[in-house]
Amino acid sequence: MSTHSGLHAAEADNEEFDHTDPRLSRFDLVKEGARRDGVQLVYYAPRFPVPGTRREARVVRAVGLLFFLSGLFATAFVVAYIWWPWRYQDGSNLSKLYTPVLGVSLGLSLACLGLGFVAWGKKLLPEEIAVQDRHDGGSPADEKKLTGETMLNMVDELGIKRRPLLAKTALLGMLPLGAVAVAPLIGGLIKNPHKPDILFHTGWDPSLNSGHPIAVCREDGTKIRPEDVSIGGQMTVFPGIFNTDGDFVGASNDFADSPTLLIHLRQDDAQVLRSNLVHVPINEQNTWGNFVAYSKICTHAGCPASLYEQQTNRLLCPCHQSQFNILDNARPIFGPATRRLPMLPLTVADDGFFYAKSDYQVPVGPGFWERP
Amino acid sequence: MKKPKIDLAALPGEQATAIDDRYQIATPLRRLFNKVFPDHWSFLLGEIALYSFIVLLLTGTFLALFFDPSMEEVKYNGSYVPLQGITMSRAYETTLNLSFDVRGGLVMRQMHHWAALLFMAAIVVHMLRVFFTGAFRKPRELNWIIGISLFWLGFTEGFAGYSLPDDALSGTGLRIADAIMLSIPVVGSWVTTSLFGGEFPGMVILPRLYILHVFLLPGIILALIVVHLALLVKQKHTQWPGPGRTEHNVVGIRMFPAFSVKAGGFFMIVFAMIALLAGLFQINPIWLFGPYKASVVSAGSQPDWYVMFLDGSTRLMPAWEFRGSFFGYGHYTLPPLFWPTVVLPGLLTVLPMIYPFLEARFTKDKQAHHLLQRPRDVPTRTSLGAMAVTFYLVLLLSGGNDVIADKFDISLNAMTWMGRIGLLILPPLAYWVTHRVCLGLQQHDREVLAHGIETGIIKRLPDGRFVEVHQPLAEPDEHGHIQLEYEGWVVPKKMNRVGALKPTVRGFFRPVEDHPEEQEIEAAKHQELTSGPRR
Repeated sequence: MSTHSGLHAAEADNEEFDHTDPRLSRFDLVKEGARRDGVQLVYYAPRFPVPGTRREARVVRAVGLLFFLSGLFATAFVVAYIWWPWRYQDGSNLSKLYTPVLGVSLGLSLACLGLGFVAWGKKLLPEEIAVQDRHDGGSPADEKKLTGETMLNMVDELGIKRRPLLAKTALLGMLPLGAVAVAPLIGGLIKNPHKPDILFHTGWDPSLNSGHPIAVCREDGTKIRPEDVSIGGQMTVFPGIFNTDGDFVGASNDFADSPTLLIHLRQDDAQVLRSNLVHVPINEQNTWGNFVAYSKICTHAGCPASLYEQQTNRLLCPCHQSQFNILDNARPIFGPATRRLPMLPLTVADDGFFYAKSDYQVPVGPGFWERP
Repeated sequence: MKKPKIDLAALPGEQATAIDDRYQIATPLRRLFNKVFPDHWSFLLGEIALYSFIVLLLTGTFLALFFDPSMEEVKYNGSYVPLQGITMSRAYETTLNLSFDVRGGLVMRQMHHWAALLFMAAIVVHMLRVFFTGAFRKPRELNWIIGISLFWLGFTEGFAGYSLPDDALSGTGLRIADAIMLSIPVVGSWVTTSLFGGEFPGMVILPRLYILHVFLLPGIILALIVVHLALLVKQKHTQWPGPGRTEHNVVGIRMFPAFSVKAGGFFMIVFAMIALLAGLFQINPIWLFGPYKASVVSAGSQPDWYVMFLDGSTRLMPAWEFRGSFFGYGHYTLPPLFWPTVVLPGLLTVLPMIYPFLEARFTKDKQAHHLLQRPRDVPTRTSLGAMAVTFYLVLLLSGGNDVIADKFDISLNAMTWMGRIGLLILPPLAYWVTHRVCLGLQQHDREVLAHGIETGIIKRLPDGRFVEVHQPLAEPDEHGHIQLEYEGWVVPKKMNRVGALKPTVRGFFRPVEDHPEEQEIEAAKHQELTSGPRR
């Protein structure tokens, strides 16, 4: 059926239709209403033409039962919410079932309600096929014309064409206002990454310890002697930095770029590494005995590259599987990482503890534009 | 004086009149009631996303009453014994409190997380439905673009929410997000430092993500959903081809009561599924991961599923870094992270957004379409879609390639290489296979229309040959040919589809239709009331 003829027919019929006619049934009025909305009920039949059959009673009972069950489970939820032991207790006990009981009772309650409504809609409501006109395409040509001219008239009324000065000054006035909207956002947020030069410095920078070398510490802040690390073993170490209260903060997230892996190589492996040091001249003085320390922060995306394979002398980053060869200046040998893990200049001071001779000589962590 | 009597039966009518006197609502209200919705299971997918979003708003509001995004360090002394005395951020502590010290907090947290996963999943599946059936074509291009925006907003919203608890997993995710932003040429370090308020992680990122997560992004998502649905109502839903269905009508059921009763019921069912998932399946047990520490990570760290494809692309990216000087000035680096995590998402946003216009241009089809297409009838589009889905799936699986390598005893490096090669080879292969399958299905439709349904009955001819009897779908003409046009809709291919089976007997333990006279009366009445021809 064509859209337009349908519309005209509806308009013509409106006058003939007498809504007060007592002979009209409610459904006649419904159909007339639908017709005015461009909807035609081409098929409409009750699911149960004879009221009160056993089948209908069965469906009604089933839907009723679903609603009843919904209420039952909802009550179960409230009862469990109030009286079930909910406080966390260690070990295996009823409190562990609190969340499952709540989720299941709520889920079953909602499911019964939902299924009840769907069954009501599918099994009990009259079966119908309704067809509605779709008014497609643009508006009628005259409407478009009238609206278009109205809009053009706005331009005329404002007189922008005749008074170009106004258009220009309005723009001049509003552009800076736009900047006002943006300025607080950018101005408030902006931080210079190079003042201080955070990307090039870590917690191993001696300036954090008034120029003295920073001690290599465990997670609890205790210093480490060479004999504390077994041969072939490794240890995550942190810069020995303490706050004004004397608390150890080197392992906190304030120094998220500083975690370092201290590795005690086997004699043969250490030989290999020493012969490889020439590939990276800045690393040549950085090992101490058979000990080497690499930044734990992956040069790819910054995860801790901490899965240490003792047998193959590899470090693996679990996030994107970059692999680094410990015996070759932590050269990336697989995965998306492109840069070596920086080597911490390691030394043992007269007190027998490990210290960092200086900060890392290259930036640690993921690459960035300004990185040479 | 007589006591004024309130006629209760007339009260609703009077009230309605009073309201209409003020707002003239009768006509628009009836138009809404009478609005026709076409019915097909695939039209429910978008609804799942909508309902999940409502669950997200409800549960999220509850969580916000107890959560504090502060990154200040505190010592935990809540009920969860294993973490007592551990230093952690306030955000992590309040998430633990939500899980252990707020009554019903854990089920809310789990519902929120499951609803988020379902929200994203429903968006993706809905988007596939819209793509493969051509529902994005004119006049619905804008709604398609809004849909893609909703996907990316949901993605960001989900990532922000995932970061908030400040556990070891979410902190690692945030660390990677920091590296991704760092990789942007020229401005990367400025953007990152500005957003984090200094060095990673700093003290401000969680409060900033929090306001994004609970206010800005949900507000934008809600506004876009409203526009999405308003456009749907205005343009009316698309429909499958079928008897009486044209480009100029909508065939279905009226919004009230039939459609809304079913939709309301469906909302409850979606809600129920989320509640059941939340009750029975643990999700994001942050107390097992521990608070975020820059030095701690575990093997098998996976993001939520909708982020996994980008994790996969990051894993597969070869170690290609560009270093050079910029107009002979200094030395600069373009990290490999930039391509799979900034450029790829950019492409994945722009390409689908302009796809409707590209397709219209290449097919020279400027018409408006309201009838959907079966995927087989548009082999090129379907194959392109299959190609995109394959590309996506390779990335998704690669996002968990370490777990696959572990569980199936495959070398991790082999998994990475399989992903790299698969990403290049499988999508074109998927294109070719899908194209062949589409053409095959098309041909079979025509075959059945021309020769009828294979009945499975084998007849022996007098000369000894065996032939299968076909059931024609229409009377043959005088030449013995069947002239049936393909209508763009399912062609019956089994005898059951054309009424060869007796109807099912209703009843669980015994039939409920055992009263022949009742049946007959019903049947007679039914005949009488059926005015129009049944579909």
